[in-house]
Amino acid sequence: MNKISLSRRALLAAGTAALAAPRLARADTNAPIRIGEINSYSAIPAFTLPYRNGWQLALEHVNAAGGVGGRKLEVISRDDAGKPQDAVRLAGELIESDKVDLLAGGFLSNVGLALSDFSAQKQVIYIAGEPLTDALVWQNGQKFCYRLRPSTYVQAAILVEEAVKLPAKRWVSVAPNYEYGQSAVKWFSELLKARRPDVEFVAAQWPALGHIDAGAVAEALASAKPEAIYNVTFGPDLTNFVRQGNTRGLFEGRSVVSLLTGEPEYLDPLGDETPSGWIVTGYPWASLDTPAHAAFRAAYQKKFNDYPRMGSVVGYSLIHAIAAGIGRAGGMTPDQLASGFAGAAFETPFGPALFRPLDHQSTLGTFLGKTALKDGKGVMVDWRYVDGASVMPPDEAVRKLRPGAG
Amino acid sequence: MVGGGQLLLSLLTGLADAAGLFFVASGLTVIFGVTRVVNFAHGSLTMLGAYCGWSLISRLPPTPLGFALGTLATMVLLAVIGAGLEIGLLRRVYRAPELFQLLATFGVVLMTQDIVQWLWGVEDLALRRPPWLRAFVRLGGARFPRFDLIVIALFPLVFLLLWLVFTRTRWGRLVRAATEDREMVAALGVDQRLLFTSVFALGAALAGLGGVLMLPDASANLGMDLTTVTDAFVVVVVGGLGSLPGAAAASLLIGLLQAFGIMLVPRATLALVFVVMAVVLVLRPNGLLGRPPGRGGVLGEVRALVRPAPHVLRWLGLAALILAALAPLLLGPYALAVGTEMLIAMLFAASLHFMMGPGGMVSFGHAAWFGIGAYASAFAVHLLAAPMPVGLLLAPLAAGLIAALFGAFVVRLSGVYLAMLTLAFAQITWAIAFQWVDLTGGDNGILGVWPARLVAGPRGFYWLALTLAVAGTLGLRAVLAAPFGYTLRGGRDSRVRAEAIGLPVTAIQLTAFALSAAAAGLAGGLYAYAKGSVFPTYISLGHSVDALLMVLLGGVATMSGPILGALAYTGLYDVLLSATSLWRLALGAAIIVLVLAAPEGIAGGALKLWQRRRPA
Repeated sequence: MNKISLSRRALLAAGTAALAAPRLARADTNAPIRIGEINSYSAIPAFTLPYRNGWQLALEHVNAAGGVGGRKLEVISRDDAGKPQDAVRLAGELIESDKVDLLAGGFLSNVGLALSDFSAQKQVIYIAGEPLTDALVWQNGQKFCYRLRPSTYVQAAILVEEAVKLPAKRWVSVAPNYEYGQSAVKWFSELLKARRPDVEFVAAQWPALGHIDAGAVAEALASAKPEAIYNVTFGPDLTNFVRQGNTRGLFEGRSVVSLLTGEPEYLDPLGDETPSGWIVTGYPWASLDTPAHAAFRAAYQKKFNDYPRMGSVVGYSLIHAIAAGIGRAGGMTPDQLASGFAGAAFETPFGPALFRPLDHQSTLGTFLGKTALKDGKGVMVDWRYVDGASVMPPDEAVRKLRPGAG
Repeated sequence: MVGGGQLLLSLLTGLADAAGLFFVASGLTVIFGVTRVVNFAHGSLTMLGAYCGWSLISRLPPTPLGFALGTLATMVLLAVIGAGLEIGLLRRVYRAPELFQLLATFGVVLMTQDIVQWLWGVEDLALRRPPWLRAFVRLGGARFPRFDLIVIALFPLVFLLLWLVFTRTRWGRLVRAATEDREMVAALGVDQRLLFTSVFALGAALAGLGGVLMLPDASANLGMDLTTVTDAFVVVVVGGLGSLPGAAAASLLIGLLQAFGIMLVPRATLALVFVVMAVVLVLRPNGLLGRPPGRGGVLGEVRALVRPAPHVLRWLGLAALILAALAPLLLGPYALAVGTEMLIAMLFAASLHFMMGPGGMVSFGHAAWFGIGAYASAFAVHLLAAPMPVGLLLAPLAAGLIAALFGAFVVRLSGVYLAMLTLAFAQITWAIAFQWVDLTGGDNGILGVWPARLVAGPRGFYWLALTLAVAGTLGLRAVLAAPFGYTLRGGRDSRVRAEAIGLPVTAIQLTAFALSAAAAGLAGGLYAYAKGSVFPTYISLGHSVDALLMVLLGGVATMSGPILGALAYTGLYDVLLSATSLWRLALGAAIIVLVLAAPEGIAGGALKLWQRRRPA
């Protein structure tokens, strides 16, 4: 398989030289650097609209500071309607008609993978913002793709840091039945069992994404008599699950460890029903008062009259990451850019991060804390920032997971 | 393992699920029974009900009375919206060919998504639950939500109320009469317009009730329109179209199966519902309590004969083909990629038209064959390391073979039942692609399905797509012009007469079904190589609906309809998606305008204009 793609790549190099030519020609002018951005704006608006606000704010900041190497940044944004096949077509349009210098964006894992595969074929840089799947930097990792958000593995590994401290031995899991949910459960149980051999997972529920039958799921989980619950559901499924669980007393006297639940996108709809004491990863936007975040939050609230969500941070950091990568590249050819991004360090509202040369994953981390109820709203308390780099598998293991290393 | 208390809890949970399904499905079945409209917008009405209910109930006192008042007000509001929809849109397209109204309701679905997002924002809206909504009863040591008990109690109550209205009132008698025989009721001088409008209002009010009652356990969110409408369709079809007791029985069956199924096979919940529907339809072709379609139903309309294309059209087609073949010399790679997609869409639409128009078999799940073709090509590349010609050969073969096996069940059915069985198959296929990650990669799909070197460039692949898509489309047309096509249409127009002269109608339909699937499979295989990757979205309901839209938009009754429809729909979609963030609103509005302006589709409308100029 590898051999085929290598020879194909060589073959395509000749073909793409023609495509790359206009980019080269434009590189030495003062024309703005064009970023072709694709995301699921109409399909996942709850995440992508704050995300759009985030990148617009960052764009303003970067350009006000003089842009990158004297050139302004310009973003041309497209809606993929939640379909990877449309994302690929739009990527083609952005490259050919809009002459963008690199691609960025993505929320859904399949859109991210499709764009990454496309970027490898056309030899154009793609910086993934949100897509969580491990495959993006590991199994399907490739030279031209970098990813900002901590992956499913990292998110699960961060949760394990707290889960190992729990006395619970009998665990159950509930996760949406698709690649994300399955990986999230696989990594969490593997990592937890490695450190706590006495732990066993006694039941698993796999509701269909967006279709949870929450009462029945809560009933099934309770009947396994667990001491702790690992939850991966999010969005409307989570609201539904929490409400049924609260009424039925599923969470009482049990530890709950829950992926992404501390992100405002998923925590806010729970409102005054937010269960207290869940161990979650997320984003404590109201209580995170580091100078970097306070400045970001103030600027965001001033511009949009709304508080930032997780998506806002991703969008904001994405532009800064791109600016840093281009700044280091010393040229706009795909190869120069690819080596520019390797090791590029950038500032985010969460603190500094960099793209690991090893697997092109950024070291951006996330917050680990507990849920609590404050003034009828869910908040994160007792949180701490966990750097993405600190929970990564050893380099040797990563090299094995990333067969097409480079 | 499962004790008595556990059994009771699961039973009650299942009953609560069943009640929720029934409220939405009862409205859908009543609407279909009388107006024969396959109302895709029913889920949108449910979503509107949830959002309106949220807005109203949040402003009322948090007491049971406040909730009840809010619920009733929402139902009234939805009834008004439903009546408005019927008067403003559907009434104008009842005379259009069968299922054309589906196109109109899909336009409404698209527009509602953007309108709801504009009015209520993007965040999920969960109703703040006062203590009485959080209360529970204790059953053998476990807790069960009291609100769910109220919902369970409402189930027989609403059913009884509807039953009384339909059996004991003059209006109800007229509705039932119209369900049995629309023309006869009209002949007796009953004002059908009023009847249809009121039925639609009632159905919308029931959808609203279903939406409001979801609030305490869940939330109002932007995805609920499509999740509820598929479930509601399943219930209505399993119960028997237009049958209220059927909908109640099917709700019970599916609700309980879901509650207990989760215990036994937690991974299969998505497919379970559709497996149930498939099994019921195979055993009972008209659903649990449905009756065979009566006179004046979906079948038995007189259709115009399809003649060979007039000379002008042939020359036009030839000119278009020459232009298409020369396109790579004039256009850039992106335009060629779009062109390639349009060609594939054309073959896909033509394959659906083949079984839907001349075959008389409407499919709501045509994307299944497209997807099977695409996955067959992807497996050929990855498991067999086969070259592209093998992959492109396997695509139609796999789709055709599977269709030939599965089609044996399909062709026994007719009308919407047949369509729903194809939907069931498509949804099961989709669930496998989406959830069986080890085999298919799940939603991450299969990457690296790139074409052979010879056609790796955009030009080369465009020419390949042009050759295969045009060959496939013309091949289907040739089959229709051959005696086989005449027998197929004969079977469609009068099964009894066709069988009487010795035509094996079932075998003919099965062959047509497999041929159509093979053509769709070829389109899928081409698409896999064009995109370099395969995803479950290729099999999704949305993609099946795309195919239906293309055929209906172009016009079912004409041979060139699907081609025009595919070009118009993909062109419109591509342009709007890039041009505006409100593309759903714009696309929905465009579809509705087209529906109202040309009820025979684009090609049908053009034909009409042509005939007006040249009296026969």
